[in-house]
Amino acid sequence: MLIVLKRLGLALLTIVVVSVITFIVIQNVPGDPIYEWAMELVQTSGLDFETAYKIAAQMYGYDPNEPLFHRFVTYVKRLLRGNLGYSMIYRASVNEIIAKALPWTVFVVSISLLLSFSLGVILGTAIAWKRRSLLDPLVTGYASFTAATPDYVTAMLLLLFLAIRLKWFPTRGAYDIGIEPGFSLRFIGNVLHHAALPILSYTLEAVGGWALAMKGAAVSVLGEDYIMAAKARGLRDRRIVTAYLARNSILPLITGLAISFGGMFGGSILIETIFNYPGMGWFFSQALMRKDYGMMQGLFLLTITATILANLLADLLYAKLDPRVRLER
Amino acid sequence: MMRTLLGNKRALVGAAILLLYFFMATLGPFVVPLEEEQHPERAFQPPSWEHPLGTDYLGRDVLAQIVHGSRDVLFVAFLAALFAIAIAVSVGILSGLKGGLVDQVLMTLVNMMLTIPHLPVMMIFAAVFRVRDPFSFASILAFWMWAGLARAVRSQVLSLREREFIQAAQILKLGTGHIVFKEILPNVMPYVAVNFVSMMRGAIVSSVAIMFLGLAPFSATNWGMMLNMATIQTGAIYIPRALSYVLSPLVAIMLLQLGGYFFAHGLEEIFNPRLRAHE
Repeated sequence: MLIVLKRLGLALLTIVVVSVITFIVIQNVPGDPIYEWAMELVQTSGLDFETAYKIAAQMYGYDPNEPLFHRFVTYVKRLLRGNLGYSMIYRASVNEIIAKALPWTVFVVSISLLLSFSLGVILGTAIAWKRRSLLDPLVTGYASFTAATPDYVTAMLLLLFLAIRLKWFPTRGAYDIGIEPGFSLRFIGNVLHHAALPILSYTLEAVGGWALAMKGAAVSVLGEDYIMAAKARGLRDRRIVTAYLARNSILPLITGLAISFGGMFGGSILIETIFNYPGMGWFFSQALMRKDYGMMQGLFLLTITATILANLLADLLYAKLDPRVRLER
Repeated sequence: MMRTLLGNKRALVGAAILLLYFFMATLGPFVVPLEEEQHPERAFQPPSWEHPLGTDYLGRDVLAQIVHGSRDVLFVAFLAALFAIAIAVSVGILSGLKGGLVDQVLMTLVNMMLTIPHLPVMMIFAAVFRVRDPFSFASILAFWMWAGLARAVRSQVLSLREREFIQAAQILKLGTGHIVFKEILPNVMPYVAVNFVSMMRGAIVSSVAIMFLGLAPFSATNWGMMLNMATIQTGAIYIPRALSYVLSPLVAIMLLQLGGYFFAHGLEEIFNPRLRAHE
């Protein structure tokens, strides 16, 4: 119990430290973002500068002329109320943007994770079981190839050839504008059509890693006595592989899966940007490119919190699943 | 060691690729001069004798940009790996030797940094600090890259500390400076050297990604900037004739990454004989 509390403490500490650091870093943005924004308001809506500055400061969440500590208190109070800030370029709260973006990211990443994980587990088990087959060097070679190529290169090649050249897939958006969202077959088909390439990029990149991890785990399980016993009892290969080998080797991979699910909240910045897919990663890259510090901060905090909690969950889950593992001090 | 390197095919192929890039980055810029003139009428030409990789949106030679880009990419990655390793070795040795509270604080810091996803933080830092030169860019990359290696160095130091030659040095009262520089550092260095290539690979992936989003716009021939120009700024990716312009930086990154991967894994197999036994 003490260990669990300690882990929880470290996780919370990390979240606190990260939010303080992002606050300080973004406070020290060169120039005055509120001034720049106020100038934009003056130009677009014809307000006088004083009013525009006040509106900008209010949207931004604080007044830069206040002392740093005071601003920090305002910032923390706002965060504790669950308000992640305000986006300058979309003129909307970051919470609203997340409500729009997160479902697409969760949709794409969870499908990709399930696909790559199950495919990887099957391949990994197969090559561990039949070490001398042709499949082993094939899968291992593929895995090292994908481990070496960055995911954005894969994504860009898919975009270039499958979407732009062959026109098999759309190049932007989560669905076509002309289609009414709803539970119609046409809408679901359209959504899948748009999500296909992001899903394919994630899956192609991740499947090799899962297969190698599964192979490693399965090879060590193969040496266990209970596998020998199962063989001696004359069980069919199929049953040994599924009920004894795969079931026991999958345990160490669960941690990785939990962490990947946590990382999902951030989406992949580059893959979503390349396919113009309106998920968390795409909005994050928009915030970065257009210097929208409010949105940058809000999206980042949510991503970090999810990742850290997922790491914590993975640790605890693993210790629970496998009683042989004891959490280190 | 040379013989094992020659015997390891993967490491050899990796070394050959890395050597090619090394010469491209060091000698290449002198052989292929960069065109400064703009010829918009010659934009997006397909490969020809004059321009083996075609031309960009201003009619400039793509091959020259790739060659000059290799210098930009490798220089930033080299600096980043160097900085990261300097931090990692210092923190690892300090933590492992001092122990106690120092160790606890440093390792808590390391664990915290390892749970934070690197690429988004690096991107925020690059965007906020408006990076405009290779040194500050490399510092930002290095700041988020050292934690894993520091932990590994610390555990090496912990096991070294129990060995006779360190204990002998301590009993002889040879001083901390002597123990760190003459006893521990030489024993940790081979391990660190093996990690250098992997560090550079990581730095290349992140730096090109950050450049691709246009967050560190300071060297126009960096492959990341080339991709930024080709896809986000000029839309060359939609122009069939410009295929070689878009593909060149992609292939350049991929081949360099493969070379680095093969070389690093080959080295690991050489230094860690247990891996070789599985072959």
